[in-house]
Amino acid sequence: MKKHNDNQSLIPLTKLSKFDPIFKFILIGAAAYTLLMLALILFAVGEGSKEIFQNEGFNFLTNTDWNAVPGRESFGALPYIIGTLVSSGIAMAIGVPISLGIAIFLSEIASTKLKTSLSYIIELLAAVPSIVYGFWALFVFRFWIVDFVEKPLHNLFGDSLPFFAKTPFGLDVFTAGIVLAIMIIPIISSIIRELLSVVPNSQREAAYSLGATRWETIKIAVLPYAKSGILGASIIGLGRAIGETMLVTLIIGNATGLNAIPTSLFSQSQTLSSLIANEFNEAASELHLSALIGLGAVLLLLTMVINVVARLLVYKMVKTSNPGGRI
Amino acid sequence: MSSKTKKENNDYIKRRNNVHEMMSKTSNKKIYINKLVTILCVFCIIIAIIPLGSILFEVFKNGSSAISFEFLTQKPGSIGSGKGGIGPAIQGTLIVVSLASIIAVPIGVFAGIYLSEYAKSNNKFAFAVRFFADVLTGLPSIIVGIVSYIIIVISIGSFSVIAGAFSLSLIMIPIVTRITEESLKMVPDSLREAAHSLGAPKWKITIFIVLKTATSGVITGIVLSIARIAGETAPLIMTILGTSLYFSSLTGPVDALPLRIWRLASLPYESAHAHGWGAAMILILLILGLNIGLRVLTRRQNIATSKDT
Repeated sequence: MKKHNDNQSLIPLTKLSKFDPIFKFILIGAAAYTLLMLALILFAVGEGSKEIFQNEGFNFLTNTDWNAVPGRESFGALPYIIGTLVSSGIAMAIGVPISLGIAIFLSEIASTKLKTSLSYIIELLAAVPSIVYGFWALFVFRFWIVDFVEKPLHNLFGDSLPFFAKTPFGLDVFTAGIVLAIMIIPIISSIIRELLSVVPNSQREAAYSLGATRWETIKIAVLPYAKSGILGASIIGLGRAIGETMLVTLIIGNATGLNAIPTSLFSQSQTLSSLIANEFNEAASELHLSALIGLGAVLLLLTMVINVVARLLVYKMVKTSNPGGRI
Repeated sequence: MSSKTKKENNDYIKRRNNVHEMMSKTSNKKIYINKLVTILCVFCIIIAIIPLGSILFEVFKNGSSAISFEFLTQKPGSIGSGKGGIGPAIQGTLIVVSLASIIAVPIGVFAGIYLSEYAKSNNKFAFAVRFFADVLTGLPSIIVGIVSYIIIVISIGSFSVIAGAFSLSLIMIPIVTRITEESLKMVPDSLREAAHSLGAPKWKITIFIVLKTATSGVITGIVLSIARIAGETAPLIMTILGTSLYFSSLTGPVDALPLRIWRLASLPYESAHAHGWGAAMILILLILGLNIGLRVLTRRQNIATSKDT
């Protein structure tokens, strides 16, 4: 009751400006635009892909042929879903352990001075546009990979293991996966580094006081605490790898139809996004365009689910580690 | 009796030595593992830095030979001739990115102000905005391109600058929103309370006290997001299309640096690749210039403010 009276006495002060409610209205409008954007995205992709789903139904997701010749159109998304998952899987397998190592070094091992300069370099790596990564990979990095990794692997295991069966050429899922890994490392490692800095020092002190070495402290006190956050950060990286377009378009070999299903690490493939980028401007018919947008719908669904899960994991960790905090 | 104590004593010494041995063994092992992990982590850092070094080295080595006054100002020559330049691409990138910023900065900053200053902590609307802004930053940029194509290109009837700017603004708004929110939250409450106690209306406090204090953080966020969209390619394919002509109208197609690099990379000519390296160098200079320039400026400002206090 008393509190209520206090508020009453404040009313004249807050009523000093008539502009206040207008200002608040503008702000809410700007914030609502984010939700409007989301609605626009869902609506536009749904509208654009309606035709292909009416035509092919859910077989669109399981078919493997891709024929854009007018009159004989037939479209299926399965090879590109597989290509997307394989290339991002390779990227995750290489990228996540390295990102974790970088984050541990920057947050737990490096001195403050080294930490600032190194994190700055990693940030610069994140600033390089993906088209430049792709251009560099196409004209420089591809030949390193072929000469130093793919050829030796092919010569050693080419006959015995189907993974390494095809003659390496550099334009394949393996190279695409590695370049994707290089691209997502700065993203994942900077999120993990921030999460590790949220782990309270009392955790570390407790472990040190039991006589643990630095690595044991990291292993028993720091990493378990940041577990869900690290998982979330990795999934955010996965989302990036799945959606990345330009770099993949340049180096994955751009196969279509059945050929796009990778049978070995060194086979050409295609991802959902790279096929959209390659064929969007040359779409032969309405149905072809709708099929490409249909691929976009699959991609949207995949990345939405991934990002929602990842963000919930990161939120959970930040919330539990500083209750009442404002992060 | 004495032999028994002696035996016990011997046992004790034996056990003690065993324990010592074990301890020294385990602690040696512990130390080795600890060192091994440190070395592994350093190795990870080196692996991450090599590509950056190689990219910068190759881009500047191959790009600098392509750069000339003609290259920076001329329209592209006929395909494969190796003549002409990337003038329209530079102009187009500047136009599209500035237009996108004009759309995105006010919306992003206002939304950030709302989340930090006006939304209560248990407000569901604010939670939804914050959450989906985070989710939107993770959406593939090609989706944004498709959306702009369907909403703007189809309704105008042509590939256009406006559609390109709209698509880039969709990428930029969530980033600016979240960074603005985070930097406003760093402003200490005592400043807000002091202004309140003087009877200032909330909008004045928000703009002239809170936003002003957090200016450097907000500007950092804006510049970083500009650097991010300047390198985006995928949405531009389906919005501005790319052309070899200079800008003509807001509802017509235009070129952009990343798009030009992509087209040049797909051509089978050495001269096109040389031009591609040149364009990549200009793009990298633009983006790293924004990043490094910002870093130098904020550092100088930090030093200045720390001297003041």
